[in-house]
Amino acid sequence: MNEKTELRIIGKPIPRHDAWEKAFGLTCYAADFSLPGMLYGKVLRSNYPSARILSVNTSRAERLKGVKAVLTAKDVPRNESVTRFGQTHVVGGGFEGLYRVLADRKVHFMGEAVALVAAEAEEIAEKALELIRVDYEPLPGIFDPIEAMKPDAPLVQEGRPNIITHYEVVKGDVKMGFSEADIIVENTYRVPFVDHAYLEPESGMAWIDEDGVITIRVSTQVIEHFRGIADVLNLPHNRVRVIGTYVGGGFGGKEDITVEAFLALLTYKTGRPVKLTYTREESILSHSKRHPYVMIYKTGAKKDGRLTALEAKLVSDAGAYVYLSPWVLLYSMVNAAGPYRIPHVKVDGYTVLTNNTFTSANRGFGAPQVCFAYESQMDELARRTGLEPEKIRMMNYLEKGEALATGQILERHVALQETTEKVIEALEERTLPSGQMRIGRGIASGMTSYGRMVFLHDTSRSHVSIEMDGSVTIRAGIQDIGGGQASSLCQITAEILGVPIEDIKIYIADTALTPFAGTTTATRQLYMSGNATLMAALEVRKVLVHKAAGMLGIDPESLDLVDREVIDKEGTGKSLPLKEVVRACASDGVPLYHVALFKAPFRNIAQFERIEGQVFPDFTFGTHGAEVAVDEETGRIQVLKLISSFDVGRAINRLSVEGQIEGGAIYGMGYSLTEEVILNQGITMTPSFSEYLLPTSMDVPDVETILIESGDGVGPFGAKGVGEPSVCSVAPAIANAVFNAIGVRIYDLPLTPEKIVKALKEKKDMG
Amino acid sequence: MKKQITLTVNGVKRELFVASNELLLNVLRDHLELTGAKYGCGIGECGSCTVLLDGEPILACLTLAMAVDGSDVVTIEGISGSDGRLHPVQESFLNHGAVQCGFCTPGLILTGKALLDENPQPTEGEIREYIRGNLCRCTGYTQIVKAIKDSSVKGKA
Repeated sequence: MNEKTELRIIGKPIPRHDAWEKAFGLTCYAADFSLPGMLYGKVLRSNYPSARILSVNTSRAERLKGVKAVLTAKDVPRNESVTRFGQTHVVGGGFEGLYRVLADRKVHFMGEAVALVAAEAEEIAEKALELIRVDYEPLPGIFDPIEAMKPDAPLVQEGRPNIITHYEVVKGDVKMGFSEADIIVENTYRVPFVDHAYLEPESGMAWIDEDGVITIRVSTQVIEHFRGIADVLNLPHNRVRVIGTYVGGGFGGKEDITVEAFLALLTYKTGRPVKLTYTREESILSHSKRHPYVMIYKTGAKKDGRLTALEAKLVSDAGAYVYLSPWVLLYSMVNAAGPYRIPHVKVDGYTVLTNNTFTSANRGFGAPQVCFAYESQMDELARRTGLEPEKIRMMNYLEKGEALATGQILERHVALQETTEKVIEALEERTLPSGQMRIGRGIASGMTSYGRMVFLHDTSRSHVSIEMDGSVTIRAGIQDIGGGQASSLCQITAEILGVPIEDIKIYIADTALTPFAGTTTATRQLYMSGNATLMAALEVRKVLVHKAAGMLGIDPESLDLVDREVIDKEGTGKSLPLKEVVRACASDGVPLYHVALFKAPFRNIAQFERIEGQVFPDFTFGTHGAEVAVDEETGRIQVLKLISSFDVGRAINRLSVEGQIEGGAIYGMGYSLTEEVILNQGITMTPSFSEYLLPTSMDVPDVETILIESGDGVGPFGAKGVGEPSVCSVAPAIANAVFNAIGVRIYDLPLTPEKIVKALKEKKDMG
Repeated sequence: MKKQITLTVNGVKRELFVASNELLLNVLRDHLELTGAKYGCGIGECGSCTVLLDGEPILACLTLAMAVDGSDVVTIEGISGSDGRLHPVQESFLNHGAVQCGFCTPGLILTGKALLDENPQPTEGEIREYIRGNLCRCTGYTQIVKAIKDSSVKGKA
């Protein structure tokens, strides 16, 4: 294959291979699976955000008919270990926090797991939870990360400071940078806790197979938690098997362990299959959230719009456990100055423990938070310089070959000039205002990495084989969370081996049977497993072409694989059915499979305090444009137009790429306007979808997607990842549009009607 | 207290013993092994459990099985042809890429079908209004609305 070869399957808008079963309602999600004799698991959770556990009495629960196990911290072979996130390279640097299965002596947030029950029926398990008596002594908690940073603040976790991590990025001398500035804009931004709100709550089922292996079938983004689960049970890693189901939405919320360790313990203790599905309330109360940030930004520019300096201080609320907080903060650090050419930059970032719900990965992973700040700042600078918002951005965008403030060189195409132009064009004529509705429009650009941080030494494997009849099998330990992860591997393989996509069968997400492909996180699967699958398929192709060349007496270079045949590209009409070549290879004992290992660039970080050099393999760049109508009376914001333009490198499946970008835009719109997990002194005030408001079909416009295909990504065929990048700059685009409509800027997400009305009143009062 | 009820599910008459507090969703999923209807929130806020009751979309997680004794229930498993052919709404969802994680898909396809049965040529606004009780977290609804609209156009032609 060379670059000039015309692609037959890549780039086409075709339904995914998994879409049929999903449309028929046949896909077996985690909670759709049952086994004879199974028990139902339930979790007892703390009612206090901060309390000492004086005693736990389980005897009444244990005596209830139908209860088969009641477990507390003392029953967990290894209750405390280190959080890992599927990485096999030990990084150090404060990157791995405490992982505690069940609360022991203290509870640190409301909803922390205290005890587990398994019973013959769900109702019995629920009844048993009521019969467990826990005596708590409430303790003072700390709920504001700024307060938690103070030296006299109570410690959230015994024996460790509340400040988990401090990072800095330093480029040039910001003092000098600000002295050169004609205009300085300084603001404080706040963003809230956000729930992933996947429609499938956390769920799984575990059993012990005939060989004594603890087997867990679970909705997860990371099957490689099997190692951590084995550690909890003190079992060798190869005695725990995790099978990932098709996931009913992940968005980062199924990146950490959810039900797996609970299930493993209950099935281990009872010897019976156990099923456990969280209720929606439990999911909102107890599982991870997107990090709230306080962000103090100061940006300086010359009168002509050229940026001179940026200084930022970021504080993120990690909640009660570390989980992925240091990583998320590191992403924010790299992204904090945005995709701009700024001679002098200083960023300080802190992530801090509190007694709030713990926070961890959420689609965008630290990039959307800072994007809201840096793009609001850019808009403010546009106003102060009198430049159009797109002009000041286009003047300052980084270009290929230039470096981020961390020193990482952007080695690939930076398409922001194009994406900005496309968005401006697509916004078209401004909608006319009517009555008390004010119309405004705004844009914002952003960058988000794809692929994990290079010091994690990330790898992915994929196994491609061709069967005797010419059908093709892929085995890859990827998790499919709805983004088309599995289907894109089928498309790549079909392209390379010249077979229709229906000839491919893919087996995914099984730690016992599929080669490890790493996590479905960090927008990495197309990049990592796409490349691994491409490598494997090319090896199989090479074997077939070599054999066919001998059979046909033609130079291998002039052969191609098309429609289940090996053909002569020169048009001699010579060809062989693919399966005939396969049979001939099999007779010769030539391997008709290949397992490929793809390695991301490996770098080591010199020190974690100061973030320098290459941190990511590459970035995806894009721009959002929004037109809004703001009701000056009620403060209600209606998004009339939402436009997303991204350089996707190469669209492997146009339907999937557009779907990701549309979905990402609305995920970002929810972040902008309505979504907020409200915690009052550590107590969740928004435990259902009546309080936690997701966008409905009535609230959203048709998202217009404009793809740029530079072909300059590091994924297969030059693709870039879009899953997370598609969210990044929506919130500032909408906030900038609101400013454009009513002349007031809101610095806190979400942009609720109350905030709009209040800001308008303050503006009026100021005269 | 268990009581016998009769439901016609996907065209087949079923006699079932159900408890007085048993929900239609659990009866479908646990007794009849029809897992296409999903538990998403349990309190009628997300629409993932949608099935058709005498042709109308209802929330199976809020419906007591006893209360619908004698009714006709259609689930996602019941709308494709007996030869395995896709219903036009299902086919349109595939062709538009309206299926991502797929968890909301059964409910949205059934709701879309109910709309088209009632109003074969809905406007985009009518579609958005009709499906507003079915949340989708992946797609942003753009392709779902197009899929329903497109299958209505095809239905007419």
